[in-house]
Amino acid sequence: MGWLVFAVAAWGLGWWVNHLLSHRRPTPATRLAVPVIFGITILVIWEAVVHGLEISPILLPPPSQIAVTFAARTDILWEDFVQTVIKGAMTGYVLGCGAAFVIAVAIDRFPFLQRGLLPVGNFMAALPIIGMAPILVMWFDFDWESKAAVVVVMVFFPMLVNTVQGLQDTDAMQRDLMRTYAAGYWKTLLKLRLPAAMPFIFNGLKIGSTLALIGAIVAEFFGSPIKGMGFRISTSVGQLALDLVWAEIAVAAMAGSAFYGGIALLEKAMTFWHPSQRGRT
Amino acid sequence: MRNVMPILTVVGMLFLIWYAAAVRLNAPWAYNKAERAGIELSFADLVSDTWSQDKPKLPAPHQVGAEIWKTTGEMVLNGRGFSKRSLIYHSWVTFSATALGFLLGTGLGIALAIGIVYNRTMDMSVMPWVIASQTIPILAIAPMIIVVLNAVGISGLLPKAMISMYLSFFPVVVGMVKGLRSPGAMQLDQMRTWNASPAQTFWRLRLPSSMPYLFTSLKIGVAASLVGAIVGELPTGAVAGLGARLLAGSYYGQTIQIWSALIMAATLAAVLVGVIGLLQRITLRRMGMA
Repeated sequence: MGWLVFAVAAWGLGWWVNHLLSHRRPTPATRLAVPVIFGITILVIWEAVVHGLEISPILLPPPSQIAVTFAARTDILWEDFVQTVIKGAMTGYVLGCGAAFVIAVAIDRFPFLQRGLLPVGNFMAALPIIGMAPILVMWFDFDWESKAAVVVVMVFFPMLVNTVQGLQDTDAMQRDLMRTYAAGYWKTLLKLRLPAAMPFIFNGLKIGSTLALIGAIVAEFFGSPIKGMGFRISTSVGQLALDLVWAEIAVAAMAGSAFYGGIALLEKAMTFWHPSQRGRT
Repeated sequence: MRNVMPILTVVGMLFLIWYAAAVRLNAPWAYNKAERAGIELSFADLVSDTWSQDKPKLPAPHQVGAEIWKTTGEMVLNGRGFSKRSLIYHSWVTFSATALGFLLGTGLGIALAIGIVYNRTMDMSVMPWVIASQTIPILAIAPMIIVVLNAVGISGLLPKAMISMYLSFFPVVVGMVKGLRSPGAMQLDQMRTWNASPAQTFWRLRLPSSMPYLFTSLKIGVAASLVGAIVGELPTGAVAGLGARLLAGSYYGQTIQIWSALIMAATLAAVLVGVIGLLQRITLRRMGMA
């Protein structure tokens, strides 16, 4: 009973503090503090409810136990991280986004192809491409190469569509200006159209960053060497070692957020001139 | 209409690449067979063999088409359209999980969006987490959700639907928040001069003006739900559903089966997105916005 009362109290306290903070003039500090307090409150409530309702740790381990497992098994977690994120997801992400970018620039020269490619690419981007995973695992064997291949296929179409759209995002006036400067195709591309396409390209990169991790992990469900986050998650679920699963999820969440955040920071640095970056204080 | 030709060209090119890749990828096996039989393969033989193998590395499109016809149309003609071997049955299983998850996700998304728009505390504390929740590769914990829910006695449709829900609520929240905030200060002031209550402002102004945003997010959401349902079917032990067909196919090396399940999934995605697009057009036209 005591734990449940504590959970309700924690919820009330967290809400009250956030209520106070969010109704004051927003500063960078409160902008950061409010979501952090919310997150901590959720963790505390989770811990208290698990103890209070005596939920078996096999079903839902409390955060404290996950933290202990996390600290005790860092070697395994690191090995899985290298296998899945660095080798699988990153390689695939770089290859996939790079290929999509190059092809988008090449196709941009042929308006006929471009008109056909946009609808097809949009359609492909909506498809459950993750289903390709078993096929690619068959083609490229179990190791990280097949995971990278899945990631390439997954990030390719969103990136392609966004880049093609971005390259069209200049108006006739701007292109005419470049022509009056006697700029050729390459110069126009480099000085005008690529910078103008940057917000779109970053949008594609951001979408790809979350897809890349998902692709690499899910592809491991279809077969992998005896390491990797997807492998660990599926086998640990089988052994009901859910604390290790949650530790892997924590790693995945941190890797995913860091990946996304890194790209967002890069975007801020490179497209500082764009209204979406200037607008908000 | 002027886009039809380019689209057909691109699709045609994709098919060409597909056929060429089938020859390329299946050639080693064809050569291997020919060598053991002691025959010299001409190019025509090679092509016809690579396009008709039993377990090819990459089945040619017509093989996949034949398999799909065999497991859908032909079974319907034989009156066994809903047998367990039919892809229609598996698509239906996947579709029901997708639809349930999508409805739950849309409901949750709209509720969260209303909370975020009307409550500053929620706006500042929940919104960052909604965004962060999507950088977490949620599909990775799909197997765990299913095992845990099974352990507490929830099985069948709901666990899969939960994963679909998680994937589909995000686009809806983001789109709805944008949509509910889209009425300008002028319009909100107008509502105030009419002495409209907050509820009236919501029903008469905010909700209608959020519709275009809502439908755009629904299209993304439904595609995400389908992915969620398919991945949710993987760890259930390949019982039923398109995801289970994928897994069974990969266990037994039945590439043609994998590809036909994949094409069915693609068709399902296209149909779902198409239906929502249709609803969007009808609704927006009746509202005078299209």
